Amino acid sequence: MFESAKFIISKLAKDRTSLVGACLIAGLILIALFAPLLAPYPQDVTEFHPPERLLGPSMSHFFGTDRMGSDIFSRMLFGARITIAIAVIAIGVSVLIGVPIGLIAGYNKNWISDGLMRVSDIFLAVPQIILAIAIAQTLGPSIENVILALSATYWPFWARLVYAETRSALTETYVEASIALGASPFRVMVFHVLPNISSSIIVRTTIGMGGTILTAAALGFLGLGPPAPSPEWGRTIAESREFLPEAWWYATAPGVAIFLVVMGFNLFGDGLRDILDPRTRRSHDG
Amino acid sequence: MLWFVPTLIGLMIITFTISHIIPADPVAFFAGENATAEQIEALRARYGFDKPLHIQLVNYLIGVTQGDLGISIYTQRPISEDLLARLPATMELTFMAVFFSTIVGVPLGVFAAVYRNSFLDHFLRVLTVSGLAIASFWLAILFQLLFAMELQITPLQGRIDGWGPEPITGFFILDSLIVADWESLKSALSHLVLPTLTLAFPAMATIVRFTRAGVLDAINSNYVLYEQAMGLPSNLIIWKYVLRNALIGTVTQIGLIFGILIAGAVVVEAVFDWPGLGLYAVEAILNSDYNAIMGFTLVTGAFFIIVNLVVDILHGVIDPRTQG
Repeated sequence: MFESAKFIISKLAKDRTSLVGACLIAGLILIALFAPLLAPYPQDVTEFHPPERLLGPSMSHFFGTDRMGSDIFSRMLFGARITIAIAVIAIGVSVLIGVPIGLIAGYNKNWISDGLMRVSDIFLAVPQIILAIAIAQTLGPSIENVILALSATYWPFWARLVYAETRSALTETYVEASIALGASPFRVMVFHVLPNISSSIIVRTTIGMGGTILTAAALGFLGLGPPAPSPEWGRTIAESREFLPEAWWYATAPGVAIFLVVMGFNLFGDGLRDILDPRTRRSHDG
Repeated sequence: MLWFVPTLIGLMIITFTISHIIPADPVAFFAGENATAEQIEALRARYGFDKPLHIQLVNYLIGVTQGDLGISIYTQRPISEDLLARLPATMELTFMAVFFSTIVGVPLGVFAAVYRNSFLDHFLRVLTVSGLAIASFWLAILFQLLFAMELQITPLQGRIDGWGPEPITGFFILDSLIVADWESLKSALSHLVLPTLTLAFPAMATIVRFTRAGVLDAINSNYVLYEQAMGLPSNLIIWKYVLRNALIGTVTQIGLIFGILIAGAVVVEAVFDWPGLGLYAVEAILNSDYNAIMGFTLVTGAFFIIVNLVVDILHGVIDPRTQG
């Protein structure tokens, strides 16, 4: 296990694009962790200074100030916490729901596994953001409900993936051998199948983060995310619209932030896939 | 194929459940603070909210089969009529985006594969990675800032200036062509530019990626080697034989691309004030119009399922190996 981790890291370090992706992700995590130390005006997440509203970028306000006179740079740093919390928890819950369902449906061949897969097909039949909008709207705008809406709409991706991988693992000799040795279904699924399909799950999870962050930002933009005065990035872009084109800096910082973070996860995910999942290797050099 | 109807019914049950688990009472919310208990009861009876949940579900399902999605609490009109009136605007925009992203994306994908690892290929890789990472609502705002506000060469938002052409099909471009209303045609086209570009960008990125991968796969096959040995001009090989095989992979991604476009349409229409289905959904969100949101979810879901069904059938026709 340790050896393979070392192998993956050394491979990733040689791939320039995944290195860029890894740096972007690391940057996001550091910013989220140390937001209170890095922010010049940490109190501006909740405090307003109306006399200083809509000031352009300067040495005292790197990214300018918003409609309430708060420092946009400080608010963006705290917004990173919201983004990372939403993405990590929503994806974590999706994996925790989707992987067991996929394992059970893939290991068994009866009406339960058919039923589980049909239900996940229904969820996959609609673009994720549409269902997420419906759920988030019904529950009301808050961080918790965005996480709930995203988890409820994203779990079928893992269920489908794990189902397909489990089905193909069942034909392998090592699974047959452990069944023949009398291992219980739980033991076969968790200790034999799961470790062997974990690389596909890791790749899917990394790439899924980017899409989830975009959907979460879109929900925030539509007013379904955490309510004001939350420094959520999507909401900040929505707020900026009535002050364009004069306050051009207002939407720039959150837009670039979303772009860089999603790009980071996409690049890193592509790199991971090349190493862990050679079947779907992107045709680099023909 | 067989699963089309059960999937739709499942989708209906999910949307119905979502809209009815809420503790909030949409009727009381709409009736206002001064409504008496009797008035609220009367409104409930009117929308059928006074019956038990399973009866409401059955009534909803029966209604849907008859094309009845309920009445919008906000517009006070049947939701199916509202959606139908908004459909042409979204279809016009989506069609333009599909057209644009294909006509630009496929050739770019071919060039990226043929001149792989060239400057063009690297540039296109950066472009496609950006296309999938950028938030479409932010891209829309950037376009507005640059083209509508600074350069003032396109309209800021909306679908047309004035009343538009005589409504025949509801598609402004078609209608203005039919009645030869050139002013409306020009206005409709200029209003389409920015929303189309915004919507097409991520779809184009996906098409470039898949076309490039498909061409690279095909270019190394034996029949290409054979054709080269036969002395066929390389342009003919690439644009006729290789592209045809490469596009099989791209066609199967149409479902994915429609997903990108439908999801994008909601936010793009909101930014550009484009009077289509997406804007209707956003308005419904702002007005807590649950029935309308569920109607929108159901109709887009059904549309998406149909597209995927057609793609499956098309795939079988183009590539007989996948049947069975």
